[in-house]
Amino acid sequence: MQAFAASCAIAAAIALPAHAAPKTTLNLGMAVEPTGLDPTIAAPVAIGQVTWQNVFEGLVSIGEDGKVQPQLAKSWEVSADGLTYTFKLQDGVTFHDGETFDAAAAKFSLDRARGKDSVNPQKRFFASIASIDTPDAGTLVLHLSEPTGSLLYWLGWPASVMVGPKSAGNDKTVPVGTGPFKFVNWAKGDKVELAKNDAYWNKQVSVQLDKVTFRFIADPQAQAAALKSGDIDAIPEFGAPELMSSFDGDTRLTTEIGNTELKVVAGMNNARKPFDDKRVRQALMMAIDRPTVIEGAWSGLGTAIGSHYTPNDPGYQDMTGVLAYSPEKAKALLAEAGYPNGFSFTIKVPQMAYAPRSAQVMQAMFAEIGVTMNIEPTEFPAKWVQDVMKDRAYEMTIVAHAEPMDIDIYSRDPYYFNYNNPDFNALLKKVQLTANPAEQNKLYGEAQKILAEDVPALYLFVMPKLGVWDKKLKGLWKNEPIPSNVLTNVSWEE
Amino acid sequence: MIALLSRRIAGLVVTLLIVSFLIFAVMGLLPGDPASIMLGTSAAPDTLAALRHDLGLDQPLIVRYGHWVAGVLRGDLGQSYTYSVPVAGLIAERLAVTLPLAIFAILISIAIALPLGTFAAARRGGIADIAATLFSQMGIAVPAFWVALLMIILFSTTLGLMPAGGFPGWENGIAAALQALVMPAFALALPQAAVLTRVTRSAVLDVLHEDFTRTARAKGLSDKAVLWRHAVPNALVPILTVLGLQFTFLVAGAVLVENVFNLPGLGRLALQALAQRDIIVMQDVVLFFAALVIIMNFIVDMSYLAIDPRLRREGA
Repeated sequence: MQAFAASCAIAAAIALPAHAAPKTTLNLGMAVEPTGLDPTIAAPVAIGQVTWQNVFEGLVSIGEDGKVQPQLAKSWEVSADGLTYTFKLQDGVTFHDGETFDAAAAKFSLDRARGKDSVNPQKRFFASIASIDTPDAGTLVLHLSEPTGSLLYWLGWPASVMVGPKSAGNDKTVPVGTGPFKFVNWAKGDKVELAKNDAYWNKQVSVQLDKVTFRFIADPQAQAAALKSGDIDAIPEFGAPELMSSFDGDTRLTTEIGNTELKVVAGMNNARKPFDDKRVRQALMMAIDRPTVIEGAWSGLGTAIGSHYTPNDPGYQDMTGVLAYSPEKAKALLAEAGYPNGFSFTIKVPQMAYAPRSAQVMQAMFAEIGVTMNIEPTEFPAKWVQDVMKDRAYEMTIVAHAEPMDIDIYSRDPYYFNYNNPDFNALLKKVQLTANPAEQNKLYGEAQKILAEDVPALYLFVMPKLGVWDKKLKGLWKNEPIPSNVLTNVSWEE
Repeated sequence: MIALLSRRIAGLVVTLLIVSFLIFAVMGLLPGDPASIMLGTSAAPDTLAALRHDLGLDQPLIVRYGHWVAGVLRGDLGQSYTYSVPVAGLIAERLAVTLPLAIFAILISIAIALPLGTFAAARRGGIADIAATLFSQMGIAVPAFWVALLMIILFSTTLGLMPAGGFPGWENGIAAALQALVMPAFALALPQAAVLTRVTRSAVLDVLHEDFTRTARAKGLSDKAVLWRHAVPNALVPILTVLGLQFTFLVAGAVLVENVFNLPGLGRLALQALAQRDIIVMQDVVLFFAALVIIMNFIVDMSYLAIDPRLRREGA
């Protein structure tokens, strides 16, 4: 009885602090450590996943719904010809080092991104900006050389964030932004620590977290162990779908399955035989039963797609029915294209788990229509970028495209698909001629249709966002319209 | 003796130079351009050219090699492409994890293997011997990372006694840091201890058959005294040789265990640098490993010379 009373007292003592005040720290796990912390000079998405919206902010931002919303620019006007953008900036905004954010700082940021020596990974976003005026400290005017309907959306990206003229040079190791969190420390190979910015300009949001630690854990088993042992509070993008069910029945953790922008596609070299024949590409697409690929590659978690577009994206249309699974029709098409006995080719497969697994399932499906696919492993990013992106020395490959709204890659020349369709290019040009979202969505719908019929790449599935976190943690994004970990509204429930 | 020593040291320096060139040449053969990895798939050719210029990648190979070696000789290991910080600092930070881990593992391995191997030799064919043989066979067969996983499942997720991974850093107290290293050190130590148990057993057995141990016994010393005063000290030379080799293996070979326990060690730095084609970091880390092995061998060689006068005369 005494022992019982004692253990009650101990239990109460342990439980008490939890009730005293809500937690204000967060340990968030990520698989990939960022390389540098300045999203305006390097491409890896992990950089934005730590800093975007937390440390750095943009003129505009992209919300959880994927829509553009005001941020450091409180409003804007676009001239009727689409060539002049006038932004009204927020007042009283300072960078973490005390430097003032105004029109001059905004002009500095954009000039740095579009300048001759710029190494901005998305420099093309700013290509149509001809000149920038700052009539007063609160007004920024962009003069464009041609209408650019996606400009506002692009200005919401990590690569377009506002940097301080004094601090920009050091942002890669000591990032200084205007966001709700300040950079504290980066223990390389291990963690990045942020702390609440008490001088945050936006009084409409109340930031609940005082301290945030991003921890980098590459191995999915180690991720699971860290979650279960309580070392980590959340892993917004858990690495292994096959381990998701191991969290079932855990009283402390919750799992959330959302969408990302990661489109898993098997790109073909459209300049090479037999992939230069649309019928061959269509036959290969019809030989694939997407749900089986998703089952085999990603434990059934993921959304089938029929073109290079995700359900997160504005104007999404389900195109999976255009070339639906039908081995008989596929065989007939192959015969029509002159391959009654099939053919054989090689796919270059990067090492990321989804790629070899998808390829193996596809290999079996192609065999059913008499097509032999040889699987050749390759190393991502280094060797893949060299062979596929740069040299375009490949027949088929498979990779998840992470950039949101990058349907325009099919109109880029050069790009690794070697796809060239003037109708498609004209459509995407039209998208830039209007800034009207409804009009843009209609055009994007037509573009999706062309890709679904032309299949320059085999469209497989959108990767799910496998979130695992403490049940008491609120405000993390379920979906991911842009790779990020936005912590502004994250809090612990009492 | 001095002439011999200086000749050996000169040989060491030449070896290191040759190795440095080989490392540089091999890195040059790797496919993949660091600049295009940093800038991603959307980068325009002129942006790429600007970054390549910033990184010095547009210079001829031999010039880059010269810069590198000259820098290393001055103590400047260069700047990491991806982290944008000096590589020397990066390696030092990682060594602060990997070195204590390796030393910790070696100590555990000695603490297990020396007594176990010695007892096995002393009671040859007895239960201790069978147990030691069983342990060393299992230890050699089971990979360290698997032991690591089992330990995490048992001590972290099931019992909740230990952190599942990560490293708090030495600045947060020695106790916390050591706690984070206990399981990885054990995982690393077990296979090492298995090998060392075998070596100890056979070395002690060899010595026990030597004339001087027979003499010691004839003088009337107890079995225990013969074992600990005469046999074990004389068996230490082969044991130390293996330990020297194991140490370099532990520093360079902890990659998998570092990965499982998510420790920011040197092995993980090397892996990450390889994936990102952070060539400067890779060159420096591989050179460091190579130098470690070469210098360790040198020390082992020299200790033989110190022990055995005959080798000194032959060498001179």
